[in-house]
Amino acid sequence: MHLSESKAPLVAIVDYGVGNLFSVKHACEYVGMRARITASGEELLEASAVILPGVGAFGDAMAMLGRLDLVSVLREIAGSGKPLIGICLGMQLLMTESHEFGRHQGLGIIRGEVVMFERSVVKDLRVPHVGWNSIHPDAAGGWTGSLLEGLADGEFMYFVHSLYVSPDDSSVALSTTRYGGIEFCSSLKTGNVSAFQFHPERSGPCGLAVYRNLAVQIGGGMSEVTRSREGSK
Amino acid sequence: MGVNVRIIPRLDIKGPNLVKGVHLEGLRVLGKPERFARFYYEQGADEILYMDVVASLYGRNSLLDMVARTSREIFVPLTVGGGLRTLDDIRAVLRAGADKVAINTAAIRDPELIRGAAERFGSSTIVVSIEAIRQRDGRFEAYTDNGREPTGVEVLEWAERAAALGAGELMITSVDREGTGAGFDLELTRGVADRVRIPVIACGGAGRLEHVRDVATRGGVSGICLASMLHYNFTRHHRDDGEFEGEGNIVYLKTRESLSKIQDATIPQLKASLQAHGVPCRPVSTVYAPI
Repeated sequence: MHLSESKAPLVAIVDYGVGNLFSVKHACEYVGMRARITASGEELLEASAVILPGVGAFGDAMAMLGRLDLVSVLREIAGSGKPLIGICLGMQLLMTESHEFGRHQGLGIIRGEVVMFERSVVKDLRVPHVGWNSIHPDAAGGWTGSLLEGLADGEFMYFVHSLYVSPDDSSVALSTTRYGGIEFCSSLKTGNVSAFQFHPERSGPCGLAVYRNLAVQIGGGMSEVTRSREGSK
Repeated sequence: MGVNVRIIPRLDIKGPNLVKGVHLEGLRVLGKPERFARFYYEQGADEILYMDVVASLYGRNSLLDMVARTSREIFVPLTVGGGLRTLDDIRAVLRAGADKVAINTAAIRDPELIRGAAERFGSSTIVVSIEAIRQRDGRFEAYTDNGREPTGVEVLEWAERAAALGAGELMITSVDREGTGAGFDLELTRGVADRVRIPVIACGGAGRLEHVRDVATRGGVSGICLASMLHYNFTRHHRDDGEFEGEGNIVYLKTRESLSKIQDATIPQLKASLQAHGVPCRPVSTVYAPI
């Protein structure tokens, strides 16, 4: 069943001047959601879900969110129960602080820090970490009830980053991924806040499953589990 | 231990058409880029590269439209290069839906463009493309404008400098091997890979499955660009005459005579060959379920 254009749930994609917002928008639309790229706090508060994407430097990104008056809006959304999703730099911005070129305060929505891949740790480790890598469930409960529901352990996703998050409470980690000798938190979930270090919108059909799960959560579409069970197209 | 090697179809674009040449010249029209891109995505391509080989600002809007259409249909990273000269050019391509940009000529003329672009758009968005030609003394010189213009810049030094200025990846094309099917220049890719600690992508020369394996196992690279091997396979199985537009050499479309040195292959065949030889890559089996 297709929801009419106006009834489809609306996702707001935070536009603070960096990142490929368009691939996020296309992925949302592909699974039947409406998506709006916006820097308006009001529009973020009105949407059914908010995605904080991003590529680039942490300090600049926080400065831009500050100039756009979005820091308190994003904290409010995090506390509201509405799905808030950080992707790549957007995941890192949710944390308390980052060690990218000095120390920078983050949004502080999730306690923990953002750290660099140390080239010195593993010989032949190339940074940035660019390419496809597998994700593995970190929690005993697997991915049930999360945006990764329906995906298999070891599924491949597309990564491109030089830093990764290290949450204080490791139980928020949804998946881990290994690069070189380093195992890092590649996605997390706490309450209504989810975050991915990889790019679901650029991770092929498996990544689109993440968006489809979001569509189900906010009231449209069919979940990845139901879809595969029914073998529907 | 490292990252899974990426298979990256390279689509050279001239106007509305996908083209392929030898040594980046003598371009033949093969068809519509979007059709090839969509097919490669469904086959399990890890990324797609669009290279505007004419690189004229004339017709730039049609390239942006093509990028936008493609970006809507393929859900793997899309890199776009060719004729990007300024931060505004880069911004326009990213806004159309590209995930990364490849810059060559403009970066050699003004290396600070790399730093500016990396600061503005993030290092990981900036791929520096180097077109290398082997010189008589055995060294490699960087060329611009599809291997036509010498620059006097030595490739290994340039690679190191580009990485230091903030490039997220380097794409190294052997102009000598490009389109010939004679195999990658492993000395070139290995030399660059040993000089930098960012990912290196090999481009130019693939003619057979073992060439791809060789560069993956001995070339020091994280990604492998392929054109002829994939395109000639696609055209062999997808006859659709009259799908080209505008001017160009359409002899190939009429005769279907491919170059004898190229043994074409599909992406699943390529990946199976890599995996059979112990090269880690994203498996094809999990790649595509029709939506």
